[in-house]
Amino acid sequence: MKITSPLDEKTARGLKTGQVVFLNGIVMTGRDEMHMRALSRPAEGLNGATLFHCGPIMLLKDGKWEVIAAGPTTSARMDSAAPEIIRKYRIRAMIGKGGMSDDVLKAMKEVGCVYLAAIGGAAVSLAEGLTAIGVHWEDLGMAEAMWKFKAENLGPLVVAMDADGKSIYKEIASKTDSFHS
Amino acid sequence: MIRVPERIEDAVVNLLRLANTRLPKDVGWALEAAAAWETGEAAYLQLGGIMDNAKKAELKGRPMCQDTGVPAFYVTGKIIPSIEEHIKNGLRKATETIPLRPNTVHPLTRRNSGDNTGEGMPIIHYRPTDAEYTDITVIPKGAGSENMARLAMLNPADGVEGVKRFIVSAVLEAGGRPCPPTVVGVGIGGTADTCMNMAKEALLRPTDHVNGNKDERELEEELFTTLNSSGLGPMGLGGDSTVLRVHIKTAYCHTASLPVSVNMNCWAARRATVRIMKDGTTEYGQ
Repeated sequence: MKITSPLDEKTARGLKTGQVVFLNGIVMTGRDEMHMRALSRPAEGLNGATLFHCGPIMLLKDGKWEVIAAGPTTSARMDSAAPEIIRKYRIRAMIGKGGMSDDVLKAMKEVGCVYLAAIGGAAVSLAEGLTAIGVHWEDLGMAEAMWKFKAENLGPLVVAMDADGKSIYKEIASKTDSFHS
Repeated sequence: MIRVPERIEDAVVNLLRLANTRLPKDVGWALEAAAAWETGEAAYLQLGGIMDNAKKAELKGRPMCQDTGVPAFYVTGKIIPSIEEHIKNGLRKATETIPLRPNTVHPLTRRNSGDNTGEGMPIIHYRPTDAEYTDITVIPKGAGSENMARLAMLNPADGVEGVKRFIVSAVLEAGGRPCPPTVVGVGIGGTADTCMNMAKEALLRPTDHVNGNKDERELEEELFTTLNSSGLGPMGLGGDSTVLRVHIKTAYCHTASLPVSVNMNCWAARRATVRIMKDGTTEYGQ
């Protein structure tokens, strides 16, 4: 299934865990430093956005930024700031890997936001679907800056946490718990 | 083949390029094997994407993962004077030319050095031998997997069962964060510091390495089976392939201690070695 970003609330709420999607449109990257800064001052272009947990490898070629490698980073590192970011900027979708906490899931349900799992480490394949169209907060460095990308058929992305409060990670954890309790 | 002497720092650039852009064959085989036994459809999609990406990285000469990590270098054989400077210069050059992502920051100020070096970086381990050549092996390891490293100073009374429980918990609690299917490095024994080192050194072994110690080999196999029947699966999204391999290294320890450590490597279990001969010529391998 194809989806276009930015997503409206209805589309975000319509996506269900287990679905596989490919994304077109605008995505903003953000990880630890960007989350901290976006709480203390306005982040340009983040309202209603799709937030990609990603610190890409970028190459400046003839004055233009080229996306060399851009896979997802571990989303759980953003667990503490994410609920507030989701509420403040009405984030409709996050792209990452590894899943996020119950508090994040709660904020997602409230606002109407989905979590899309990209294939961790598939940085070359994912970069093929991305073009850089801007960068904010470049002073944070290549990995931590907020890059603005145009995505074309970015995926496959698995809807792993949805706005109904369902999470594949929680389902799996309830099964694996029996192996080490 | 004509072999010309190479400057050591250029050899380090080539070494890092090889490690970051080409997955070792044995890891590729392990992924193929995992795909063959995988029954979950969603898991199969993840494994397919992983293998597809590895091929693209090799063809395009691009790092297979954007997190080119922090490299750990293992220097064995003849220790060349000022090898540390050569490695540092090579790493700086590689960061710019491959390119690698500048990852190293001061732990408190979080200031990024911009070239992957800094106090204590890169990590270099030395093991001198009588050989006339020098081997430099590198493991570039991302933070996703490194952040899941664990150490437990167990009580001897916890025994082998306690060791198993700790390893299984470390892998399953990490969930999808270290990018499974992972290669699990385990250290048992030694002291707190050497135990952690052993877990990482275990990741230098190829996935088809055969552990010469029967007890360790059986423990590796048992953990492999347990972890792969847990259902965690690729990227923690469910499936039959959670680990590609479990490697165990042991050392004698204090009679009152039982240290156990776990250091996982993501599916992109990158590594490469360069042998620098007496005449300065080089040979690369993975």
